[in-house]
Amino acid sequence: MADRDRHTFQLEVVTPQRLIVSEEVEELVAPGKEGYFGVWPGHTPFMTTLKIGELSYKRRGEERFLAVSWGYAEVRSEKAIILVETAERSEEIDAARAEQAKARAEERLRRWGDETVDFTRAQAALERALTRASVAARTR
Amino acid sequence: MATLRDIKRRIASVKSTQQITKAMKLVAAAKLRRAQERILEARPYAFKMQEVLGSLALRADPQSHPLLQRRDAGRKTLVVIAADKGLCGAFNSNIMRRSLELLRATDGEVAMTLIVVGRKTRDFYRRRPYTIRSEQVGFFDKLAYAHAAALGQELAKAYVAGEADEIQLVYNEFKSVATQRVVVERLLPIEPLQPPEELAAIDFIYEPSPAAILESLLPKHVEVQVYRALMESLAGEYGARMTAMEAATKNASEMIDLLTLQFNKARQERITKELLEVVGGAEALRQARG
Repeated sequence: MADRDRHTFQLEVVTPQRLIVSEEVEELVAPGKEGYFGVWPGHTPFMTTLKIGELSYKRRGEERFLAVSWGYAEVRSEKAIILVETAERSEEIDAARAEQAKARAEERLRRWGDETVDFTRAQAALERALTRASVAARTR
Repeated sequence: MATLRDIKRRIASVKSTQQITKAMKLVAAAKLRRAQERILEARPYAFKMQEVLGSLALRADPQSHPLLQRRDAGRKTLVVIAADKGLCGAFNSNIMRRSLELLRATDGEVAMTLIVVGRKTRDFYRRRPYTIRSEQVGFFDKLAYAHAAALGQELAKAYVAGEADEIQLVYNEFKSVATQRVVVERLLPIEPLQPPEELAAIDFIYEPSPAAILESLLPKHVEVQVYRALMESLAGEYGARMTAMEAATKNASEMIDLLTLQFNKARQERITKELLEVVGGAEALRQARG
């Protein structure tokens, strides 16, 4: 198969707001619903939902990181399309704000039993904040 | 007849109106450009989503999910989307007319409820005898995906709960800067499109099952559709306002030209009259002396 000779594949990361990434990359690691998965060129067609987490890819040997939330991925041998609700590049994340969001979410979770708090949402918020903080730390 | 001072005052007043309409046109043009970009940027996501939905629907039982199930339309909900502000030509009134037509066409066989989006829609329907389920106003200036998501979730919930058997969107579609088209679109139940052949032919590995992916995808699809409708409407609003203000500015120029002509004529007449008086006076003096 000709695909075996390929060293790169097309990666697209799309959010409702805009196209974040559209590049030829060598390698991709994404947070699948059932665990992180890696993609190299020539991958079997594969479709999965994504959870909140860290998405990384390698382009000309350089690794890049994104914090992503809910979405799904469609992988083909020559192309991977990631549709996510939000995606932020590590260098764009405001680490201080992520910390604040984390503190806020933790504070809400501490009030267990309080009917005014939506725990599922608070939990998701905490998860997002943690991911953003850890992705932001990757730039340094 | 208007005195010189009156005409002068009117010219000044029309001029200041023109300044305002000109400024509004420029603002609308700038906002329109931004809104257009956003539509273009949002397209890949919506498009891709349609495709995947189609290819998933081929592999999972479409009746399995409540958002796909069709029911007899006993209760309909109309989501009427117009602007928060006026001064944009027929933009709002077109929507009101079309939605009223839809409401009247039912003859009471179908129970209709409304969700009004935009201040103008709300003000219009508040004084009329229709059931308003909810209203969304004052967010167009800072329209974000989150607004669409909230509305989309509300609609999906109402549909699943059986409060509405069909949900339609009524909004202005952005055709070009000068034209908007009122469209009526069914939002729920969702009808998956046929996926492109190259995609349908690929045998994907699904993780988790196609049905499970479909289930998480459908509510998002509703949100995306709502988001698209809101953005189309917003871009259309700016386009309509730009065109309206352009016309207003032109009309003001014409009016200023007309008034200036009138002013010059009146001034000319006054000068002529004064001259005649001077000449007449001088003649009278000469005759008296001679």
